[in-house]
Amino acid sequence: MSRRRKALLAAVLVAGFAAATVARAQPPSGIVHAPGGGKQKQLQLGAELYAANCSSCHGPQGEGVLEANNRGAGDITAQGPPLQGVGELAPDFYLRTGRMPLDHAGEEPERQRPLFNGREIDAITAYVASFGGGPKVPDPKPDYGSLSEGMSLFTEHCAGCHQIVGEGGYVTGAKVPPLQHATPTEIAEAVRIGPFLMPKFPKSQISDEDLDKIIAYVMTSKSPEDAGGFGLGHIGPVPEGMVAWLVAAVVLAGLCAVIGGRLSS
Amino acid sequence: MNESNGRSRWKLVLVMALAFLRGIRRREEREPIVEERGGDRRAEMVVALLLLAAAACAVMFVVVYALDWDNLTQWLGLCLGASLLLIAAALIYAGETFVPTEELVEEYPAIEHPEEQEAIEQIGRESVAGFTRKRLLVGAASAAGAALGIALVVPAASFGPFLDTESFYYSPWRRDRRLVDEEGKPYRAEDIEYDTFYTAFPEDAYREELAAALVVVRVAPDELEMPPGREHWAPEGIVAYSKVCTHAGCAVALYRKPLFAPAEPSPALVCPCHYSTFNPADGGSVIFGPAGRDLPQLPLLVDSEGELRAAGNFSAPVGPSFWGVRTRRPTA
Repeated sequence: MSRRRKALLAAVLVAGFAAATVARAQPPSGIVHAPGGGKQKQLQLGAELYAANCSSCHGPQGEGVLEANNRGAGDITAQGPPLQGVGELAPDFYLRTGRMPLDHAGEEPERQRPLFNGREIDAITAYVASFGGGPKVPDPKPDYGSLSEGMSLFTEHCAGCHQIVGEGGYVTGAKVPPLQHATPTEIAEAVRIGPFLMPKFPKSQISDEDLDKIIAYVMTSKSPEDAGGFGLGHIGPVPEGMVAWLVAAVVLAGLCAVIGGRLSS
Repeated sequence: MNESNGRSRWKLVLVMALAFLRGIRRREEREPIVEERGGDRRAEMVVALLLLAAAACAVMFVVVYALDWDNLTQWLGLCLGASLLLIAAALIYAGETFVPTEELVEEYPAIEHPEEQEAIEQIGRESVAGFTRKRLLVGAASAAGAALGIALVVPAASFGPFLDTESFYYSPWRRDRRLVDEEGKPYRAEDIEYDTFYTAFPEDAYREELAAALVVVRVAPDELEMPPGREHWAPEGIVAYSKVCTHAGCAVALYRKPLFAPAEPSPALVCPCHYSTFNPADGGSVIFGPAGRDLPQLPLLVDSEGELRAAGNFSAPVGPSFWGVRTRRPTA
């Protein structure tokens, strides 16, 4: 490759990087806090926050936006599921874990620092629940759950994606979130909702008692015993085998060289 | 009597002591083989200390075992490992320092009886020259060897069905057999909810059969795209597939179900082993991963009681592929 073509290629790469940086640097949709400093009645505050932050994707009456179309300021593709009948359970989960509001429709909602404060979350939750029907925020009692039964239920229903100690992982089309930061209420909510690509588990599949057991196991798995040293990420035989082959085998080979060194000299 | 006996014993001791001293003197008289060198007191001390430390670790192993500490296994491993490592270090260090090394070269002896050896070679050559049907004998010997080898290998056939794929076509499902859950309770069509998945087994049949377990999901009827000939296999949108992946035979234990279908990946049955991904809406076609053929589908019907029953047998043999897998459908 000639020097001129190299220079040209470098220039193109630099320009591409610059363009990509600018594209990424565009601000996310952000949120709008209610005017009036939040001194309104709860439902009033909820309605104002909903109208400002949620309605472009979920519809003014929570009827959802099924066809993608461009709305509002910025390049936001507004699209989202209907919220009528989701009750308090779903908005409480999505807002308290910072999963909503989402930057772009269709991307995976991930846990982050919540953008609303506790009073605002309660207000939006109450307002969304007022669309009609739906479950209340669950109140799991993991202290009453059997740990060993919880582990076998977790293995059966959850570990296929979340891994046996709740480390998370990948499935086709989604990142599976780790469960280390989830509270008992959030776990109970997620099981009933089935966020993003997760299936939902109705009470006929996992009863409230079984859910208590599963949560008891997840809470325990947050601080595994790790007798004797590092947990190596708690994700099983692959990293353990890597340590055995890449560390122990190298040390052994080195020792052999030390012992055999005398024979060759 | 006693006294003389005692005296003769003393004499014996004296004689043995003299013999011992003479022996030592004789040994001293011999030419030394190993080159004389000064002792290395420091190195000997180090090795002794290492060995004593190894002994201490081994003793510690016993102590830890007796006291039954927390994390017992790890402490035992630590003690035993340290002890073995210290012994190894002692041996290596001793080998490097004060254990003497000698390189000895032994001459290869000359042939003692060259003429006789040639005669023996000649006898060998002439004996074989007398054989008239050499090729026949070699052939017969080869036949004996090969046949014996085959005879030893053949019993390995009892490890499994050999060249017999008939059992791979067996399925416990047949028309009108009910679908039951793990506790044996029949599934009703109304039990099957959207957005979740169920495992079903054949009623009154052995559940460990490869083709027994099903995964059952409900698909919205307007989203169904059944292949031709299977239009009536999914009553009310309820579809049933074999739970055994067609790639490596793992359980298809994951159901990818979008919460908001218009903007998220499509529903799919996923095998956690190698991420083979099947479409439940169109007869179980492979949409991702290493599986080579569709997930076998079981036709369903809803009886007058509202319970789910099989309406026939699978669309294809269940489990990993084998030769002839596409030639016919399974039989009950």
